[in-house]
Amino acid sequence: MATTHVELKESELFAEQKRIINDLSIQVATVNGSGSQTANTVLLRAIFQMGIPVSGKNLFPSNIAGLPTWFTIRASKDGYIARRKDSEFLVAMNPETAEEDVLTLKPGAACVYDERLNLRRLRDDVVFYPVPFDQLVAPVCPDARLRKLVRNMIYDGVLAQLLGIDMEEVQIGLRKQFKKKAKAVDLNFNAALAGYDYATKNFQKQDPYYLERMDATRGKIIIDGNSACALGAMFAGVTVVTWYPITPSSSVCETLIEYMKRYRVDKETGKATFAIVQAEDELAAVGMVMGAGWAGARAMTATSGPGISLMSEFTGFGYYAEIPAVIFDIQRVGPSTGLPTRTAQGDILKNAVLSHGDTKHIMLIPCSVEECFTLAIDAFDLAEEFQTPVFVMSDLDLGMNNWMADPFPYPEKPISRGKVLDAEDVRRLGGFHRYKDVDGDGIGYRTLPGTAEPLAGYFARGSGHNEKAIYSERPNDYVGNMDRLSRKFETARTKVPKPLIQENSKGEVGIIAYGTSHWAVVETLDQLKREHDIEAGYCRLRAYPFSMEVHDFIRRHTRVYVIDQNRDAQMLSLFRLDLEPEQIKKLRSVRHYDGLPIDARSVTEEIATQEGKN
Amino acid sequence: MATATVPPASPVKVNRLGLEMANYKGNKSTLCAGCGHNAISERIIEACYEMGVEPHRVAKLSGIGCSSKSPAYFLRTAYGVNSLHGRMPSIATGAMLANRNLIALGVSGNGDTASIGVGQFVHLMRRNMPLIYIIEDNGVYGLTKGQFSATADIGSKLKTGVLNDLPPIDTCALAIQLGATYVARSFSGDKRQLLALLKGALAHNGTSMLDVISPCVTFNDHEGSTKSYSYVKDHDEPLADVSFVPYFEDISVDYDPGSTMDITMHDGSHILLRKLEESYDPTNKIEALRLLTESHDKGEVITGLFYVNTKQENFLTLLNVVDEPLATLPESKVRPPKAVLDEVMQSLM
Repeated sequence: MATTHVELKESELFAEQKRIINDLSIQVATVNGSGSQTANTVLLRAIFQMGIPVSGKNLFPSNIAGLPTWFTIRASKDGYIARRKDSEFLVAMNPETAEEDVLTLKPGAACVYDERLNLRRLRDDVVFYPVPFDQLVAPVCPDARLRKLVRNMIYDGVLAQLLGIDMEEVQIGLRKQFKKKAKAVDLNFNAALAGYDYATKNFQKQDPYYLERMDATRGKIIIDGNSACALGAMFAGVTVVTWYPITPSSSVCETLIEYMKRYRVDKETGKATFAIVQAEDELAAVGMVMGAGWAGARAMTATSGPGISLMSEFTGFGYYAEIPAVIFDIQRVGPSTGLPTRTAQGDILKNAVLSHGDTKHIMLIPCSVEECFTLAIDAFDLAEEFQTPVFVMSDLDLGMNNWMADPFPYPEKPISRGKVLDAEDVRRLGGFHRYKDVDGDGIGYRTLPGTAEPLAGYFARGSGHNEKAIYSERPNDYVGNMDRLSRKFETARTKVPKPLIQENSKGEVGIIAYGTSHWAVVETLDQLKREHDIEAGYCRLRAYPFSMEVHDFIRRHTRVYVIDQNRDAQMLSLFRLDLEPEQIKKLRSVRHYDGLPIDARSVTEEIATQEGKN
Repeated sequence: MATATVPPASPVKVNRLGLEMANYKGNKSTLCAGCGHNAISERIIEACYEMGVEPHRVAKLSGIGCSSKSPAYFLRTAYGVNSLHGRMPSIATGAMLANRNLIALGVSGNGDTASIGVGQFVHLMRRNMPLIYIIEDNGVYGLTKGQFSATADIGSKLKTGVLNDLPPIDTCALAIQLGATYVARSFSGDKRQLLALLKGALAHNGTSMLDVISPCVTFNDHEGSTKSYSYVKDHDEPLADVSFVPYFEDISVDYDPGSTMDITMHDGSHILLRKLEESYDPTNKIEALRLLTESHDKGEVITGLFYVNTKQENFLTLLNVVDEPLATLPESKVRPPKAVLDEVMQSLM
């Protein structure tokens, strides 16, 4: 029999291999709308609960049902959680992509697949584990309508058996997923058990990959970046949220609604200490934020690239009229249809100078779910302290994928409302000039509408006003105002979150990265050292404008690689605007822009090549 | 003391807050002499003065255009934002979300509302947010020198002789259909009617939409225009004689209940409508839309209060927001305690 022959061959092939423990990437290929999310999340959770550092990445189409979806789970004893380019384990459930998925596996990889797909014929250097999914699901799920949703749990059981995942952890993961729905837990667990039993009876382990308990995830949480942003906003004391649905940002506000309903309704009155409005478009969403910010609320919206384009005019208005606003930008690939569900750091350059005229905006750039939380809080404080729109630059990879993290720290600092004068202040001062630089930091004092003092009122406008907020087209007034706004931005340089810098002894090669590229870079640093004897310093940006520490980092290094997840080296372009020519010459670019989360191997190879090591 | 030696001036008229009319004035208008918008600003000043509106509670909000400059010309001590073209509705909505104690007075124009801003206008009308939306409607873009806007009547003529060949958007019909709860049309030249309608709007607890025909003396006041002073005067068909009695004054007028409707507003004020048109009933949405449609066909400019609904829940009630302004809630109300974060973190482990 042909199968016996292949199996023998595989046995020979892998007989000599050593066990590889807690270092593998599993790719699950399914059709979207098939309910694979539960099976994948439970698998991720089970590994996490075994104490093994783990990350999950969902690569999904812009579609509700019927197009291919891949979910990658990476377990790493070393704690690396960036995407890996290749996988050791493939679960092939999608007839449309199965052949290509198998053909791109590296030799020695394993493939669990739906028996009907007949994949074994494609490769003789891959271990195959065929599973009769339909046959297994029927007895455990009598209701034919539910079978489609439950059958994916079978591969959880098969993988548990093959890799050594404790089935009890699968059950706990299911309970976490379905909360109090005991029937759903049982139904799904029985399907997983059917897979486990089938694997026990029919497979002989022929691959070297194993998962074993560790103790590296104790006390950690699993959360996606958008939920973390939502939590940050709630603890920042947001009061007005206006939004328009757009992938990948929708879940920021959707999750926020859930949390706010639960934790921000006044217990005594039963009334909400917030207002959340789904607007008719992004123009209105950001307009409402501006109206609310001007009137004194902590106001926010969340969007992505196309929404940012529509918010452009109002963002410039907010800069000139000096209105606090927080805009979460969950970045994705470019406009219109095609790749809206793929990740990119696509809005860096655009947001830095969004709108017309001379505008510059503060951007905070989280790399982790923890920073989604802490920088969200910082964003609200900075927006009010600087009376200006502030962007939180997350991305799809961070926003929509599950990440493990330490529990978030409760904010230590009280809420900072910035320079706000009340009626008594204004009376004592005998009036106030809204746009006057009293303190030399470029930031004026504001009053909130409703302040009961005739001298407190003012009329906000775009470009043409003097220090007293009175209409003016005089050149001196305009220049004075623009120079003050510039001064304000220079003040921001000293107040935004500083970069995190990892020094190296040699001082030749430096790497600058931001956002989710961080997770690839930490792995790249090890790879460069191990494989190419390159010891690089690392500066992780957390904000724009660039702090002086970033300038110093570039000054200290001979060659500085700036990692961008976009085609045009957008962050590097911002450095060109900020640096002296002799510093600009040091900059080199590493770019990644295929819609997939950046991986360490690509970064390492690119730097090694540019360093002449390849 | 200096103050003691000043002889008592002739008694200046003050309102119920003790404020003079001067306290409600704004900066000097920079609009053209004779512009209808200036007359509207004067009526706003009078309405706020007579109603005893606290200026510090007023948020003056506008978009872009001649109309949108006008909030600088009334209520100098109030707060205001001259925002972006067509975006007054979102700014006003945001301001009211932040502070429900504000009196949002939005001023827009025909281009600002019916063309670039029609999307925001439409959705604002659906929400019934408590605010006043005034369209200073002259049928043209004044600030860019007289192009037609979407409220220009079909067949009306520009100074250059260009004829408008598209039908107008009737902002009142649109507002009624979409859910605004106080919808009126008036004429900047009709002092009495406009003042009464503005006071009614100030007493209303929902979205008030007032389309005020306000001739542009520079670009649209010529023969062939349907938004000129003479055209509107000749074709104005008031539906009723409108009077307003604020809640803090007694109704002392005698009226015939057969021909006069008494509408009690949310704050207890009354709008008295002495009918001039037989079938007129401003509490009937369908009747209001029928009247508007028929008047268009007849080439009349009907004015007055077309529709009022004092029962409809407003947007802030729907959102169930706390009574105090969200903008000034203390930290203890807006930042949940550490125990909440601990609970959430526990659920994610």
